Amino acid sequence: MFLVKYIKEVFGAIKSLLVGMRRTLYYFTHHKEIITQQYPDNRETLKLPDRFKGEVVMPHDANNEHRCTGCTACELACPNGTIKVVTKFDITPEGKKKKAIDKLVYHLELCTMCNLCVIACPSDAIVMDQTFEHSVFNRAELTKVLNKPGSKIMDGVE
Amino acid sequence: MWSFSKIANLIHEWLNQTFNPTLATIIEMVIVGIAVIGLFAVLGLVLVIMERKVSAWIQIRLGPNRVGPKGMLQSLADTLKLLVKEAMTPSGSDKFLFNLAPYIAMMVAMLLMAPIAFASNFQMWDLNIGVLYVSAVSSISVISILIAGWASNNKYSLMGAMRSGAQIVSYELSAGLSILAVVVLTGSLNINDIIQSQANGWWIFKGHIPAIIAFIVFITAVTAETNRAPFDLAEAESELTAGFHTEYSGMKFALFFLAEYVNVFIVCAIGATLFLGGWMPFHVGNWQGFNHVMDYIPGSVWFFGKTFFLIFVIMWFRWTFPRLRIDQLLNLEWKYLLPISMFNILLVTAMAILGWHF
Repeated sequence: MFLVKYIKEVFGAIKSLLVGMRRTLYYFTHHKEIITQQYPDNRETLKLPDRFKGEVVMPHDANNEHRCTGCTACELACPNGTIKVVTKFDITPEGKKKKAIDKLVYHLELCTMCNLCVIACPSDAIVMDQTFEHSVFNRAELTKVLNKPGSKIMDGVE
Repeated sequence: MWSFSKIANLIHEWLNQTFNPTLATIIEMVIVGIAVIGLFAVLGLVLVIMERKVSAWIQIRLGPNRVGPKGMLQSLADTLKLLVKEAMTPSGSDKFLFNLAPYIAMMVAMLLMAPIAFASNFQMWDLNIGVLYVSAVSSISVISILIAGWASNNKYSLMGAMRSGAQIVSYELSAGLSILAVVVLTGSLNINDIIQSQANGWWIFKGHIPAIIAFIVFITAVTAETNRAPFDLAEAESELTAGFHTEYSGMKFALFFLAEYVNVFIVCAIGATLFLGGWMPFHVGNWQGFNHVMDYIPGSVWFFGKTFFLIFVIMWFRWTFPRLRIDQLLNLEWKYLLPISMFNILLVTAMAILGWHF
């Protein structure tokens, strides 16, 4: 009985090793599977994975409108104080005061690209962009205002 | 037909006509020495770039691709870098032994080249106990590793050296027993006799299942003996920085590195000689026509083809299998490989006596 177990173990081990060797032989012979990007050479054709997170941006549509309501959920979600939301009060046509963003300040130098702000945002106003060439000569350039000047909130976003 | 043995004979005759026999022998020795050193240099360059490319492709990477065409000169550039680096000797080390160790490692690798038959009648030393010589000399390599680990005066080095000692001493056994399987089948320790006995088929085909088991045990044991992953506990990059050669730098490190790759070449050459027929072309029993066609491919091509195939297999092992812990390593040897190869040698002996092989 012991011997049967022993022989079974040996054959099982050899079989599992062969499975691994088959996989690596497949990769060895199929060079199209290679995932290395030769970065500075293929800058134009560079294809990043979908979930690559570069920096936080706020998409604006053609009318220079964004979806940010100024709820500060992203500011609260950020673990290291990267985002500061500066709010103001707009007067709506009906004469009511309505909260809106003045500036959404984003400190790229503090950001760890953890994506928590994007998850926290209730109105999908901010997304992660795929840019990654962030080096600049002046540190102040890393502090960005995400909403474009003169932009306003999209209709229908509460 | 063009062959290595013809060139060797031509040089031999010319030297004997021009000089007296003693001088001719000395000149021949010098030529052989230079040829071995040249072969070492070429092997080091080729095997390092081969290892890097194979590992890259197996891991879905590109590998070196900047120096020279498709990165083929990368190892040359690395060698140049190692040559100009300072070969430091740490102040706390045993200086004589520290500097001696890499040379012993190289010397063992050079000695092992002697009985290998590269083509028919092309061999440095055709001695009648070739296989015994190989297994005897290869066990000296552990001394160089132990010396290197001890003389470095570094706990990581010493630990790596001790592991390597335990590992090589245990795996010598099953490597020896699997070599013995072929020796039993052939009835000779002479490497040329072993190759000639495979004229009607290589031992891995002629020896049925026992020969295949012996081959698997052999290739596992020599992977362990050359300290390569999955048995690289002597180096153990993740635990012991670099094991026995932690303190070595520059050319002294390069000698260890070169010795490792040359040892891989040698054990693969021995494996190719014993199980795959050395320079003997692929022959099938009595198919005269087929055998004749195969004879048109020169023996040296067969030898290097088989050797490099085995080297590829060992690299394939390295980049596929997970590393073993030291206790798992010794378990594998003493509880699996050794009993299996002992039982196997019994089978082979019975087979040889009863004449069951072809």
